Amino acid sequence: MPAVSMTVNGKPVSGDVEARTLLVQFLRENLRLTGTHVGCDTSQCGACVVHIDGIAAKSCTTLALQCEGAHVTTIEGLAEAGGKLHPMQEAFREHHGLQCGFCTPGMIMAALDIVRRNGNDLDEHTIREQLDGNLCRCTGYHNIVKAIAAGAKAMGSQRQVAAE
Amino acid sequence: MSATGIGAAVRRKEDVRFVTGKGQYTDDVVRPGETRAVFVRSPHARARIKSIDVAEAKTMPGVLAVLTGAELAADKIGNLICGWMIHSKDGSPMKMAPHPALAATTANHVGEAVAVVIAETQALGRDAAEKVKVDYEVLDAVVDPAKAKSGPQIHEIAAKNTIYEWSLGDAKATEAAFAAAQHVTTLNIVNNRLVPNAIEPRAALAEYDSGTDHLTLWTTSQNPHVARLVISAFIGIAPEHKLRVIAPDVGGGFGSKIFIYPEEVVCLWAARKVFRPVKWVADRTESFLADAHGRDHVTKAELALDLNGKILALRARTVANLGAYMSTFSSSIPTYLYATLLSGQYDIPHIYCEVDAVYTNTAPVDAYRGAGRPEATFVVERLVEVAAREMGLDPTDLRRRNFVKSFPHQTPVIMTYDAGDYNASLKKAMEIADVKGFNKRKRESARHGKLRGLGYSTYIEACGIAPSQAVGSLGAGVGLWESAEVRVNPTGTVEVLTGSHAHGQGHETTFAQLVSERLGIPFENVSIVHGDTDKVQFGMGTYGSRSGAVGMSAIVKALDKIEAKAKKVAAHMLEAAEGDIEFKDGKFTVAGTDKSAAFGDVALNAYIAHKFSGQELEPGLKETSFYDPTNFTFPAGCHICEVEIDRETGKTAIVNWTAVDDFGTVINPMIVEGQVHGGVAQGVGQALLEGTVYDKSGQLVSGSFMDYAMPHAHDFPPFKVETTETKSPSNPLGIKGCGEAGAIAAPAAVINAITDAVGSEEVPMPATPNAVWALLQRMTPKQAA
Repeated sequence: MPAVSMTVNGKPVSGDVEARTLLVQFLRENLRLTGTHVGCDTSQCGACVVHIDGIAAKSCTTLALQCEGAHVTTIEGLAEAGGKLHPMQEAFREHHGLQCGFCTPGMIMAALDIVRRNGNDLDEHTIREQLDGNLCRCTGYHNIVKAIAAGAKAMGSQRQVAAE
Repeated sequence: MSATGIGAAVRRKEDVRFVTGKGQYTDDVVRPGETRAVFVRSPHARARIKSIDVAEAKTMPGVLAVLTGAELAADKIGNLICGWMIHSKDGSPMKMAPHPALAATTANHVGEAVAVVIAETQALGRDAAEKVKVDYEVLDAVVDPAKAKSGPQIHEIAAKNTIYEWSLGDAKATEAAFAAAQHVTTLNIVNNRLVPNAIEPRAALAEYDSGTDHLTLWTTSQNPHVARLVISAFIGIAPEHKLRVIAPDVGGGFGSKIFIYPEEVVCLWAARKVFRPVKWVADRTESFLADAHGRDHVTKAELALDLNGKILALRARTVANLGAYMSTFSSSIPTYLYATLLSGQYDIPHIYCEVDAVYTNTAPVDAYRGAGRPEATFVVERLVEVAAREMGLDPTDLRRRNFVKSFPHQTPVIMTYDAGDYNASLKKAMEIADVKGFNKRKRESARHGKLRGLGYSTYIEACGIAPSQAVGSLGAGVGLWESAEVRVNPTGTVEVLTGSHAHGQGHETTFAQLVSERLGIPFENVSIVHGDTDKVQFGMGTYGSRSGAVGMSAIVKALDKIEAKAKKVAAHMLEAAEGDIEFKDGKFTVAGTDKSAAFGDVALNAYIAHKFSGQELEPGLKETSFYDPTNFTFPAGCHICEVEIDRETGKTAIVNWTAVDDFGTVINPMIVEGQVHGGVAQGVGQALLEGTVYDKSGQLVSGSFMDYAMPHAHDFPPFKVETTETKSPSNPLGIKGCGEAGAIAAPAAVINAITDAVGSEEVPMPATPNAVWALLQRMTPKQAA
């Protein structure tokens, strides 16, 4: 079996995988990072979204071997070491942007990519359009949209504080 | 109101684990030596299984076993069952066909499991499954419920594919009322089949411990105790005391995870055969093919009125498609959860409903969020709206003229409505939706070449199911009470073990709010335990918006007992008479004195037992209760949908959504609003997007998220959600339940809005752009040409 090495949540990892092994399988089964979920077989639901070299990607449609040498961030890599939540995680909690929690890791990772692409001042229309690749069956999206707008703002002010 | 007590929008306890990826769903549980089950499923809607050749599959790498229905039968594993007996009009019992977990002789729907491969990994299992050779003789299938009775007979037991022909209400009195009516509105309605599609696919992990002869099943269940009971008592996998069922974090259910399915039975059976843990996780295709679907009714409905718009009678005739087999509670959905709600919010003197349930070669159909009540609401609210239009009356006037205004109100279809103020929710919703400004907005839309419509749905539902005696008399095989156990620890912290199960509803938060307020202890000092038959006593689980009304009432009852016992302990500590002890804000006080003891001190004294003898009082502070409600609860409200339709594309945009619901007492308004949002989204999904399409041969055409239109964020506006409150008199907290309201109310509101906009009642569900565009073309043929 071929070997693969990458950095996941800041830690170098490696493993032997079958060529057909998907990134999500490598994360969940080899590394036991089970926060990344699988909700469909057709790249529609977005429960599996992670960041590869800083850009959101569906780990159910990415081969582990494609990530050789890449920096991968999963939901487990967002909170600070002491447990302090990332502002986007905090916003989902504060605004009740989740119910069963299954789509949530993918939603949060996708939300961060929306902020990366569109900045910290997000209007509702932008958020709704940009969530096209993520499905939630519980919330009707209302509070997810609120949470992402608030999380984006909080990230902006955090950056400002850090800069000052 | 305290910051964490009843009525406070407390942020959820469960969220930290979910937003950090620390949730533990069934697929996240890994047992040493775990293997994977991969099912071989029928590609045909109806086929005789002539033979299954597993020889090559068995030799594939990593394969531990390949098992078929013949072996399942040889091991005397029982069939899956439907647990609610319905009798036909002629008194005959429903025709429940045998439903083995693996088909041995005939496959009756695409996706029915016929064999299973147990392999070291899922990939190796899939490779081997492709080598299982099933020789099928393809038979003619029947798919359309309206044609089921004349189609090829699917099961030996059910002539004309008819499961039952049931009725409710007084046929003669209803007929007489129709004969005397001055106006009759008639509608032909197809209530479209839906695929529940919780984002977490179903999964099961079974482990056998040969040392103790115990089986453990981790499964995506809304009701683990009921699963254990059925798997033990009916399917016969293991005695109840040797089977532990754990439903850990569950990623959404919406009804689809109530039922006992073939896959979990097969995993348990196989785990004992291979002496290794066996896990199965559905891929989305399997969810589409093998989860129980919802709705699927074909109905002719009529409403009789006098010239003043007073409703005289309602009549409905429904064919309900239950699919290829009767799922766990399938028989009750189009009967006692449907026809009993046909009175809506209205005083209707006479109602008669006939329901024929039929088999077809499609996936089984059972409860899906709302379960029968969305179908009933759609019938009633479409009839009322159309009747008003036909009679030239304002649809809200017609509703108001017929609202039930005094309580209790006995309907002609079993239910006794106990409390409500339907005018209040209608009035409030009309204000929030700015109905007065609608005509101006409609003109504005017209200026841009767009159509605008307004639709109402003043729905009612029966929740908190339900008094066990009542449902027993209607055929239920189980009681529908709930259990609770409150364990006060020596340090004064509390664990509550509940028979309810949360899969997104936030019980860990709302149940803790109740306990914190009642015992006067910090919210953080309460934890909620659920979903494990080894920890929690028998309980009924979560469905039918019942966990607040029934589950929390059980906790109240246990808390009453805790208080009574704690007062005895406090009396000994404070050297006072038990009758003189008062309990308030977490403190036990001797009436009229300043002598007191804090809750934590009393808890400690209950356990160290130094202040009383064991003959006077048992040590410890732990109480159990079983609560059986006195009636259903009746949440009701008004949803108003405003749409704008693009004439060129037929695309409907929902531009305004107002929901005013009466849920009785609200424990946590943030969570309640979230439940409404989610319910509305599913109801809008049914009305606008979600079509389950089987072709004539029984192939599921809409079998993936690429073909089945799931609602996305951009399909909705922000929702305006408010409540009114009349307390339910049938439980101690006055709760009515909020989990299904949105899904029940929404479809009728959407279709009433679209039909208002286009000026035709011929709008199907889902009202896709294509369907609406085609209708507009038919209405204006010259323009189209």
